Amino acid sequence: MTQAFDRHILFLPQTNGDAYTLGPLQSGPPCCVPEPLIRVKDLSVHYGDHPALEHVTLDIYKGCITALIGPSGCGKTSFLCALNRLTDLISGCRVEGGIRIGIQDVLDPRLDVPALRREVGMIFQKPNPFSLSIRRNIEMPLKEHGMRKRAELDETVERVLIDVGLWAEVKDRLDRSALALSGGQQQRLCIARALALEPAVLLMDEPCSALDPLSSGVVEDLIGRLRGRYTVVIVTHNLAQARRIANYAAFFWLHERVGTLIEFGQCRQIFEAPAHGLTAAYVNGAKG
Amino acid sequence: MTWSRRSISSPSHADARLAGVLSAAAGLAAAILVLIVLFLLRESWPVLEKVEWLRYLTDAAWHPSEGLFGLAPMLGATLASSAGALLLAGSLGVASALFCRFYAPSSIARQYRRLLALLAGIPSVVFGFWGLTELVPLIARWQPPGTSLLAAILILTLMILPTVALTADAALAAVPEGYLQGAAALGLSRSGTILGVALPAAKGGIVSGLLLAAGRALGEIMAVLMVAGNVVQTPHGLFDPVRTLTANIALEMAYATGEHRAALFVSGLVLTGLVMLLAGLALRQGGTRSHV
Amino acid sequence: MSEAASLAVSRDRTLDRLMGLAVYASALLVAGTFLWLLGDLLWHGAGRLSWSFLVSVPTNAGRAGGIGPILVSTLLILGVAVAAAVPLGLATAVLLAEFLERRSLFGRFVGLSLDVLAGVPSIVFGLFGNAFFCIFLGLGFSILSGGLTLACMALPILIRTAEASLRAVPDDWRLGCAALGLSRAAALRHVLLPAASSGLMAGLMLGIGRAMAETAALIFTSGYVDRMPSSLLDSGRALSLHIYDLSMNVAGGDANAYASALVLIGLLILINGTSLWLAERWLNQRILTL
Repeated sequence: MTQAFDRHILFLPQTNGDAYTLGPLQSGPPCCVPEPLIRVKDLSVHYGDHPALEHVTLDIYKGCITALIGPSGCGKTSFLCALNRLTDLISGCRVEGGIRIGIQDVLDPRLDVPALRREVGMIFQKPNPFSLSIRRNIEMPLKEHGMRKRAELDETVERVLIDVGLWAEVKDRLDRSALALSGGQQQRLCIARALALEPAVLLMDEPCSALDPLSSGVVEDLIGRLRGRYTVVIVTHNLAQARRIANYAAFFWLHERVGTLIEFGQCRQIFEAPAHGLTAAYVNGAKG
Repeated sequence: MTWSRRSISSPSHADARLAGVLSAAAGLAAAILVLIVLFLLRESWPVLEKVEWLRYLTDAAWHPSEGLFGLAPMLGATLASSAGALLLAGSLGVASALFCRFYAPSSIARQYRRLLALLAGIPSVVFGFWGLTELVPLIARWQPPGTSLLAAILILTLMILPTVALTADAALAAVPEGYLQGAAALGLSRSGTILGVALPAAKGGIVSGLLLAAGRALGEIMAVLMVAGNVVQTPHGLFDPVRTLTANIALEMAYATGEHRAALFVSGLVLTGLVMLLAGLALRQGGTRSHV
Repeated sequence: MSEAASLAVSRDRTLDRLMGLAVYASALLVAGTFLWLLGDLLWHGAGRLSWSFLVSVPTNAGRAGGIGPILVSTLLILGVAVAAAVPLGLATAVLLAEFLERRSLFGRFVGLSLDVLAGVPSIVFGLFGNAFFCIFLGLGFSILSGGLTLACMALPILIRTAEASLRAVPDDWRLGCAALGLSRAAALRHVLLPAASSGLMAGLMLGIGRAMAETAALIFTSGYVDRMPSSLLDSGRALSLHIYDLSMNVAGGDANAYASALVLIGLLILINGTSLWLAERWLNQRILTL
């Protein structure tokens, strides 16, 4: 018996009346209701015998952008993958602890995982559009999840492409291969593809690191505009980027070769007045 | 990354059903080998349980209808023809590979390789046919009757040569450029480089290619059937007509019944065992790298 | 230069010259023999090749006439082999590449069984086919028996290449599909199988090529009859068998045998060429997506 995923808990009222745009870019401090959406308690991720992440407890707030910062190898990506159960796909991976999204226990073995992954979308470091046309890249997941009417599909494709700022660039070549797009365009297409499923949460694993600076800036802008309407968790090595777009920041570090959470709080506080010495050293570039 | 077993049990019904159907198909595919062994044993059982192993080698002749199961002459013919072919194809094949890698300009080497690849695809029946119409009369002019062990060896050589040459070529290509440059830097001549550095480094791949070719030669049927002469006798000279195990099965199956038929299945089992042994050895060789 | 050193140098030079001679001589011998073979076939067979040869019925035990019904039988046998081997092979390959871990017991058992199957000599397949399909299942000497036997022979190579093609598809897409909440069935249908398609086709062509060249397995399973087959349960003669029969059992059948051999080789070149072209396309597709 599978537990259906309750969408209503996650549904967020749109802060802007306009259905087609995400609104103007808002910078800096919190603009959203500081209500925790995802509660992580004592999370540990093991690959075989080796623990990658241990005893992580933090809350992800609704509608806000939370940045996960810290050096390579401290489990930030593992943390992200646990949130949408992508860890299920890695052989030998074991996740312990508790993750609740709304009232749903993510780690419940009876959970309908495909429904979870529809609610919690993921963007990868390397853009991975399928070897299909631009239109089919977005339509195919929609069709698989039950959307059938042509009018609805067309409308969704147009809407998400406008949202990510690609519409003007690709509206005349929707049926050409997605692989012909540039890196930045491909990444935006991947975001559009994820947005088409109307998730509540977007997980992003270093979405700009494989892009050139110009494309990186465009994608970063887009992520900033997602604030308020989506809950975003973004792993980034770029501290300046985190500072620019995040509301909250979680600092991870390696302790005896196991990743742990050192400090978590509002972005401004982490960067300007960190409580932990290690955090201060890292954000000031002295370590890591 | 593989899809771990846990995700197979996650509640996606389409996937669970798909996995079930696929497993059934894979089981069927794997069962074929089991079926083959089973049926071989079943058909050969009447003779297998009656006749002890030694008789296959010591019986005077091959007359299964009269209770004589001497496989020795045919086994001898099989081994002799394969060994001879392996010797010839081995030397000519390795020489061809050396030609492509070290002696020929690249355009000629490319054409040569294409020729070899083309010949690797020619069916054995065509080789046998050509052997029958061209080689056998040539040999007959030298020493009648023409269909002989020599013809079998020559045809088999032609058939396994592309395999040996192409695998040796691949093995030589895998020799790190650094080895060859080092040899040149030491002032080694071309023959010295080849004998001292390239061939030892490529030894593993070459040997595995030879083992594969040997397996093919042992299992070859049509070509030897057509040119070897089909007289059941131990070959005493290159010009004796002989019959190999494989050819024997093909020729006699058409009219064999009862114990005779069972005996043919036994020789099929023996053949399979031999070939699988070689294939196993080839796999093992292919996994090892040779250090210079 | 010292005496010893100059001796060494001159010995090296002699060895070089000898080796060079041996290698060139071998290459010439090999190339020469093969060109002789091909030339011979063309010389004797090209004259008989014509459209009517390809469609007319063999007369006079095959000495005259054409190979029409034989081509039909060959295609039918191949058709049966492909129809049986492709679904089974593809399903097994998908299971091995997408559903099972490398270390899984079932996966290793299937892999081992297929590797051993690949090494079984063709005459043994002929024996098995005869005992199982013709007698045990009661299909008799028929195109069906022959085709099913060939399917068993082609299965290992089909599965091996299909599995390799699927494994070569980048994991990025699998993760992307999973992150979108797609079932593995959907991922396979829309993304993975299309991406692997060129490689899969190349493998299929290879399997077909191998099946077409087969003779021994067909002698005891599909029979010798050279009439036009009226159903799959009818006996039918394959092209390779026809060449064998003409050269061994029919005096004076050589001329048609040469022509048939040319047709067979022509078909095989076509198939192998297609498979090579497809494999190259598959390779290029991989590079594009990197």
